[in-house]
Amino acid sequence: MIHRSLATLGIPAMVIAVGSMSMLMSQASQRARNAATDPQTKAATPSVPPPGAAAAKTSGFRTPWGDPDLQGVWNDATSTPLQRPTGVASKDVLNDAEAEEFQDQLAGHLSRDRRDGGSEVDANRAYNEHWMDARRLKITGDHRTSLIVDPEDGKIPPLVPLSAERQKQSDERAAALARFNAGMPNTYFDFELPIRCITRTDMPPYMPTIYNNDFQIVQSPGYVVIAPEMIHSARIIPLDGRPHVGKNLHLWLGDSRGHWDGNTLVLETTNFRPDSDIFRAADPATFRLTERLTRMDARTINYEYTVEDPHTWTRPWTVRIPWTRIDPAEQMYEYACHEDNYDESHFLMGARERERRGEVVQPIPHLPSVQ
Amino acid sequence: MRNRLLTITSACVTMGIAFAALALVLAAGQQAAAPQQTASQFGESSSLHALDAGQFPPYKPARMPDGHPDLNGYWQALVSADWDLQDHEAQPGPKPEINGVYGAGPAGQSIVEGGEIPYRPDALAKKKTNFETGAMVDVSSDKTWHNLGDPELKCYMPGVPRVNYLPYPFRIVQSAGPSSPYMLISYEFASATRIIRMNSKAEAPIPSWMGWSRGRWDGDTLVVDVTGFREETWFDRAGDYHSDQLHVVERYTPVSPFHLMYEATIEDPKVFTRPWKIRFPLYRRMEQNFQLLEFKCEPFTEEMLYGRFVKRPNP
Repeated sequence: MIHRSLATLGIPAMVIAVGSMSMLMSQASQRARNAATDPQTKAATPSVPPPGAAAAKTSGFRTPWGDPDLQGVWNDATSTPLQRPTGVASKDVLNDAEAEEFQDQLAGHLSRDRRDGGSEVDANRAYNEHWMDARRLKITGDHRTSLIVDPEDGKIPPLVPLSAERQKQSDERAAALARFNAGMPNTYFDFELPIRCITRTDMPPYMPTIYNNDFQIVQSPGYVVIAPEMIHSARIIPLDGRPHVGKNLHLWLGDSRGHWDGNTLVLETTNFRPDSDIFRAADPATFRLTERLTRMDARTINYEYTVEDPHTWTRPWTVRIPWTRIDPAEQMYEYACHEDNYDESHFLMGARERERRGEVVQPIPHLPSVQ
Repeated sequence: MRNRLLTITSACVTMGIAFAALALVLAAGQQAAAPQQTASQFGESSSLHALDAGQFPPYKPARMPDGHPDLNGYWQALVSADWDLQDHEAQPGPKPEINGVYGAGPAGQSIVEGGEIPYRPDALAKKKTNFETGAMVDVSSDKTWHNLGDPELKCYMPGVPRVNYLPYPFRIVQSAGPSSPYMLISYEFASATRIIRMNSKAEAPIPSWMGWSRGRWDGDTLVVDVTGFREETWFDRAGDYHSDQLHVVERYTPVSPFHLMYEATIEDPKVFTRPWKIRFPLYRRMEQNFQLLEFKCEPFTEEMLYGRFVKRPNP
């Protein structure tokens, strides 16, 4: 059931950062799907060319000290899936009629106001649409069928085989997740980083999620600062060409350096912690991330990133997500996560209570699909 | 582009020094009784006395393109007010039988104007209780979740003004021009961040840990009015506290290229008999290539908060 829904609809991008299983599943299914295909890498050329011609239009957006001006509060929510699904959306860009149908299908699938699927799924939709970012039910304005623009098939490239050590880590994570899914975590280490309020979608590369998709950018001479609403970790990016921090310093959010390439802000981020959660798969030691932010017009930033990791994927891949300026009447709110993280204690208390009662609960590797 | 910027900046600095020198000359001329000051401010023993007493020489700050002082930079307090806003002697930390001197607190003088915090008589008992239970936690009930323990101990967002005198650096991010009517302060401790809405009249939509900050310029001083606090944050490890009526007015004044004078007026009619003030300098972090690292302290609290609910092997 889970695999069939993946095959028809792809994996909605928003699940990646918060959902407990999407990336593992995506890679498992990718592995199976691509087993017989050619894993050779090729030059990382986006299939939809970035609108370079539009750069001239953006030259009007300048800070008083002359840098391209990216300031404002931006939102990256979308229903467009990370990977291109088969079926209605088997081509890379849809016409208007197809786009409408695609959007309706995705919205119907993603809606948390649905009451089908049985009691367990229903319970998992307890946080209904009231709590969600409604923008996540719309596809991207350019009517693409996947956020991945390279490779051309809109899919995460085939995986390379994991080393024995990384396979062991992966298996341990899967076992912890299965305990968590069953409501029987042994320890707080069985929770993933978002549940522990350590990192959520404030960790680059930025992916849309179910709520808190806002990013406030403030610039000062020599710096760009991106403050995601999710968890409140502002990312301070120096533009002065200074080297990265030393190789023995690791950060949950990585260490970012930026420079201007014409009107585009290019960010290189390194020094991720070994226990970082990068797409639930990548090796922080060899993971490389390049992000590009380009002001397109008064209401749009083009956010694009390329990830590569020879320990994980057979070639680099590139994602493009439009960021839309939020209405001035809206605003970012403080997202206190750890301060009232009742989940962490409730899950653990519940598990101990069930043990005390002698309940036997089997681990659940995959929960029913709820976005 | 960068060269032009540098030129502008250095021109501003040069002009600032020139103004400062002029002001000094004028001040010296007008106040014969004042200590003799010359353009070489750091070369005279009388000036050193003034510096020792915490008096900064007159200063005109470098400016942003919009004419406001440039407060951009990495800043940090050096006071030990996080242990106690008022006079305090050196003290052992929690569990000295394990920690020894690790965790011990340094001595420090009060940063409160007049020395004492004007508690209402009925409000002082809670401070004492806070101190006595500051190192205890109990998250077994949602209703009493916040009753015990210093929020700093639990890695909660520390609120204002405490976040400014925690022993961690922060960066002030100041833009210029109409496209960003916001300043932002990013703190290393717990990745706390404040957005300061410049010249905003909007009221706090909901209470929050870091409060609702609205900024304006009063001459060369950035004034930030902070309301909309949750009541759970504290002022220090000594248990000094406030209610949901807390109102803080901060003043950030550049007093040298390397210092901001920080002042906060604290008002809370439920807890204090009158508004009171704290004051201390912030120091610019000058290490080469300095930057904020991470003090994401949540993982340091999990065993303390949730350890009692962890499955242990049978003995």
